[in-house]
Amino acid sequence: MLNIIFNYLIFPGFLFSVCIGLIAGWFDRKVTARLQWRKGPPWYQNFADILKLLGKETILPSSAKLTFLLAPCLGLASLVLVATILGRNIISPSQGFSGDLVVVLYLLVIPAISLILGASASRNPLASVGASREMKLILAYELPFILSIIAIIIKSGGAIQFGTILNHQALFGSNIFSWSGLIAFLVSVLCIQAKLGFVPFDVSEAEQEIMGGVLIEYSGLPLAIFKLIKAMLLYTLPVLLIILFLGQNLTMLSVIGKFIALLIVIILIKNTSPRLRIDQSLRFFWRIPTLLAILAVILGYFGL
Amino acid sequence: MDFKLSALTKSIWVFHVSAGSCNNCDIEILDLLTPRHDVERFGIQLVGSVRHADALLITGAMNKKAVVRMKKIYEQAPKPCVVVAVGQCALSRHLFRYSYNVEEPLDKILPVDLYIPGCPPKPEAMIDGIVKLVNKLKSKK
Ligand code: SF4
Repeated sequence: MLNIIFNYLIFPGFLFSVCIGLIAGWFDRKVTARLQWRKGPPWYQNFADILKLLGKETILPSSAKLTFLLAPCLGLASLVLVATILGRNIISPSQGFSGDLVVVLYLLVIPAISLILGASASRNPLASVGASREMKLILAYELPFILSIIAIIIKSGGAIQFGTILNHQALFGSNIFSWSGLIAFLVSVLCIQAKLGFVPFDVSEAEQEIMGGVLIEYSGLPLAIFKLIKAMLLYTLPVLLIILFLGQNLTMLSVIGKFIALLIVIILIKNTSPRLRIDQSLRFFWRIPTLLAILAVILGYFGL
Repeated sequence: MDFKLSALTKSIWVFHVSAGSCNNCDIEILDLLTPRHDVERFGIQLVGSVRHADALLITGAMNKKAVVRMKKIYEQAPKPCVVVAVGQCALSRHLFRYSYNVEEPLDKILPVDLYIPGCPPKPEAMIDGIVKLVNKLKSKK
């Protein structure tokens, strides 16, 4: 019991993933700054941001106070669970339970849903625009994302457990080195971009047109929690990709190397593309990535 | 308490309000974010929503219509929040001081913490101003 609490709150769970996530967030800002020939913030910048937000006043809307406050907590709690499951699986792949992949897929949608809930509870018209965009975005990216994961499941012989998928990769090489794995990997990198809310798929938070969109009414503590959610997503999603696609060699150093490489890919995509409108992103996701993911499933079925 | 203050001075999120400026001050503010001046080094960021703001940068001559909105925006900002008046217009109404629709300067309307003179002020002057403000906050504790 104590072990579970420790896992959830400290080591691969809350504290650890938040720290890694915030440092990854700094890495993102620093690389972005260097790409634009700027110097960029110091390494503790994101920690300072969170600390500062904790000291600020929290303004509540006159209606739906409880939903407004509980929505970010819901997202955070589910993400901590994801981080714990993924972390435990990397440390000891045999300890997972059957179906943990499915559980993680469900839990990864909850942060987006918490954003929608919170934005709708704030009753701000711009927030509701953001919420509706976020909703459409979920519909858009979830289909190719799940299809590409199905390709991996088929490749590893119908396993819906991280341990089995990792074992399969340990025996037959990482999934990314097969055709279906490579295609599925490309598709899921795009979907992750949308899940993180990064450019080109950041319509729900577009600072310049809808002023922070879903987050517009949040201040103080709940805003800090949403920032933590973003930071943890930046940790959990690349780790999920590492487990699913690059799971052959899971020593400490190689995991860190793969994590940084994935981060750099994500940041480069973020910095080299313009924002897509919501209808463009929907059309994009339902055409090319979905077709590619279906192709990956078919190739995986034939064992390629 | 001290802890929070040092975090606040290291991460100032700025909301930019134009109360009838000629747009020159606003352009100079945007210059702060460019590679030459890059205030993100100090953790200063421009934010889109006033709910996230730690500092209001106000430019312009405060015409009658803007004053009402200005008060609303100040009330919406989460405290502690500092008000920075940028440019001669915001300081003293500048060449609009005899105008029929500009009645009061900014510091009669809101509690101003920092004045940055100039028409428009140079980005260096703004950075200097922010440094002074941070030092003032730190010594006040
Ligand atoms: S101070 Fe000068 S530059 Fe700034 S808004 Fe006024 S007239 Fe324009």
